[in-house]
Amino acid sequence: MIQDFNPQNITLTKYMFYTGKGGVGKTSTACATAVTLADRGNHVLLVSTDPASNLQDVFDTELNNKGVKIEAVPNLFVANLDPVEAAAEYRESMIAPFRGKLPDAVLNNMEEQLSGSCTVEIAAFNEFSKFITDEHLQLKYDYIIFDTAPTGHTLRMLQLPSAWSNFISDNTHGASCLGQLSGLESQKEIYRKAVETLSDKNLTTLVLVSRPEIASLLEVERASKELAEIGVENQMLIVNGVMSSYDDNISESLYQKQQIALSQMPHKLKSTVTYQVPLRGYNITGVNNVRSLLIKDKLTFSNEKIRAESIPGLKAIIEDLHKSNKKVIFAMGKGGVGKTTIAAAIALGLSDKGKKVHLTTTDPAAHLKHIITEAQGITMSHIDEEAELKKYREEVLFKAGESMSPEDLAYVEEDLRSPCTQEIAVFRAFAEIVEKAENEVVVIDTAPTGHTLLLLESTQSYNQEIERSKGDVPESAKKLLPRLHNADETEVVIVTLPEATPVFEAKRLEEDLRRAGINNKWWIINSSLYLTGTSNQMLSAKASNEIEWINKVDQHANGNFAVIAWRTDEIKGDNLRSLLL
Amino acid sequence: MKKISIYEPAMCCPTGLCGVGIDSELLRISTVLNKLKKSGVKIERYNLTDSPMQFVTNKVANKLINEKGVDELPFIFVDEELVISGRYPTNQELAEYLDISVHFFEEDLKEAELDFPIIK
Repeated sequence: MIQDFNPQNITLTKYMFYTGKGGVGKTSTACATAVTLADRGNHVLLVSTDPASNLQDVFDTELNNKGVKIEAVPNLFVANLDPVEAAAEYRESMIAPFRGKLPDAVLNNMEEQLSGSCTVEIAAFNEFSKFITDEHLQLKYDYIIFDTAPTGHTLRMLQLPSAWSNFISDNTHGASCLGQLSGLESQKEIYRKAVETLSDKNLTTLVLVSRPEIASLLEVERASKELAEIGVENQMLIVNGVMSSYDDNISESLYQKQQIALSQMPHKLKSTVTYQVPLRGYNITGVNNVRSLLIKDKLTFSNEKIRAESIPGLKAIIEDLHKSNKKVIFAMGKGGVGKTTIAAAIALGLSDKGKKVHLTTTDPAAHLKHIITEAQGITMSHIDEEAELKKYREEVLFKAGESMSPEDLAYVEEDLRSPCTQEIAVFRAFAEIVEKAENEVVVIDTAPTGHTLLLLESTQSYNQEIERSKGDVPESAKKLLPRLHNADETEVVIVTLPEATPVFEAKRLEEDLRRAGINNKWWIINSSLYLTGTSNQMLSAKASNEIEWINKVDQHANGNFAVIAWRTDEIKGDNLRSLLL
Repeated sequence: MKKISIYEPAMCCPTGLCGVGIDSELLRISTVLNKLKKSGVKIERYNLTDSPMQFVTNKVANKLINEKGVDELPFIFVDEELVISGRYPTNQELAEYLDISVHFFEEDLKEAELDFPIIK
């Protein structure tokens, strides 16, 4: 029997990083830890590093990137580290000293250069480094807890201090991507200290959060290994949402599925200290629910009735995508809402209607192969960052000509090793995939919201750069943004769950898409317990509370929505067709 | 020995490889300058992202950028004299400024160092 997670009985380190697959409850468990510790009189700072943070919803408080006091929880401060905002501040600090000293056109040139995704990454990462190295913060707070973005993005963030440290110390011609910072000894010191803090067992714990599900356990195992490699060895596992009993078919199959996953715990995790948090009948929003997550359950039933006459399924959406002849179809949403499965089902549905379909993913943590195979008549690909970097490197060396001496080559390769070059390689790969829409329908499973927003953000800033570039820009990159802006060709299907947080996040995503000029018509609500008709007490309490959110989405999307029932079986291969009803 | 100073637009890395397109001219000049630098020639590269202050303190560069804006970048100085604006120098031109043989750029650096006493 796994012990319940209770921060009061465990010795915790000053810095804690909550990581795991999207939707496993990182935010809930991180918030509950923070509130529990603050309630006991500790000074706690809770920081989200997810560009699509939900902390403002949980605490119902407007947040910034410095830390805001939470009225309902004395001693608790909460901050959202928004990379785009951090980049804007960073840019301003670089440019401000030159206002009035250099002409506006020149300042614009600097500003454009400092708007790339590379700058966004550096700014966010500097901000993050500050949180783990600042002595003032270290003295002020007993605990600094990080609620991180889903795995892929977080691995990169935690690996960056070492990446930049190594790059700066090896680099002989100035790490210009760091701009004016590159020469600063103080900056090197911050990165060095960040690496040191992350790998200090007495200071830092990596809290791996997982559902009692095989895929989510495998993903934390991967994070565990990769972070151990850069020295983050003090790790702990929290299994969230564990069921302890059952009384109908639905609850029984959920219980069995969880037990099987727990009995097949990946090898590396077996030796990790493990705790559990029980499945709760309520949503973890509002300070009261956060406070009780680690303590007790309570069941509240809602009397709300479904507003729609009939609840549409995925079939209606596929029919519309087929008729309107969409060429680029994205599945976007919060982590863990089932984007990959839905993207695969849409691809299969369109293929069944005779369309030539390419299915791809921009999520480094997604595995399309586990869900669908090319044998089903669609072609597939994924963006492999390593492979893309290699491809870009080869192209550069080819373009540079055979005239390069080994000396020249070594010089050029230094810049190819810059963490920024990786960004550009991924962007080019993304453009190439979207380019396939010339001849076929491209269905794209995306990474969780935050990462995807940054990809779209960089598409826009790269587009500005393309316009003034003297270099040899690939056609696919030039066409990317205009294609995404074309509502006749492109549709983003928003995927969400019938719960508060995923719906709030989806609404923010919709606003961001609108601002970016990218078309969205359809909403999909996945994993609905309401549709299963469960009679289990806890699950039916959850189901009754879904109705409010199904109605809200229905109203918000003007009826352009579909609901998919929660399933106990694994949906893959031909079984995906059962979603197409 | 003459000194070459280059004032460039805002950019990420000196080779431009972290930008959206591969600029082979930028690649050429970067490797050529690197080679000259390694042979002891004084080369200074200032771009607007890294060294904006230099565009304020160098009076000639400051005057140029105020008059002509970013489109006339890069500015190439040999010692304190502006020799080119709006493009990078060719290998031939560099050879002339430095009074060296143009074959220097074709040779491997190790050999070049042995056979070719560039610093006079």
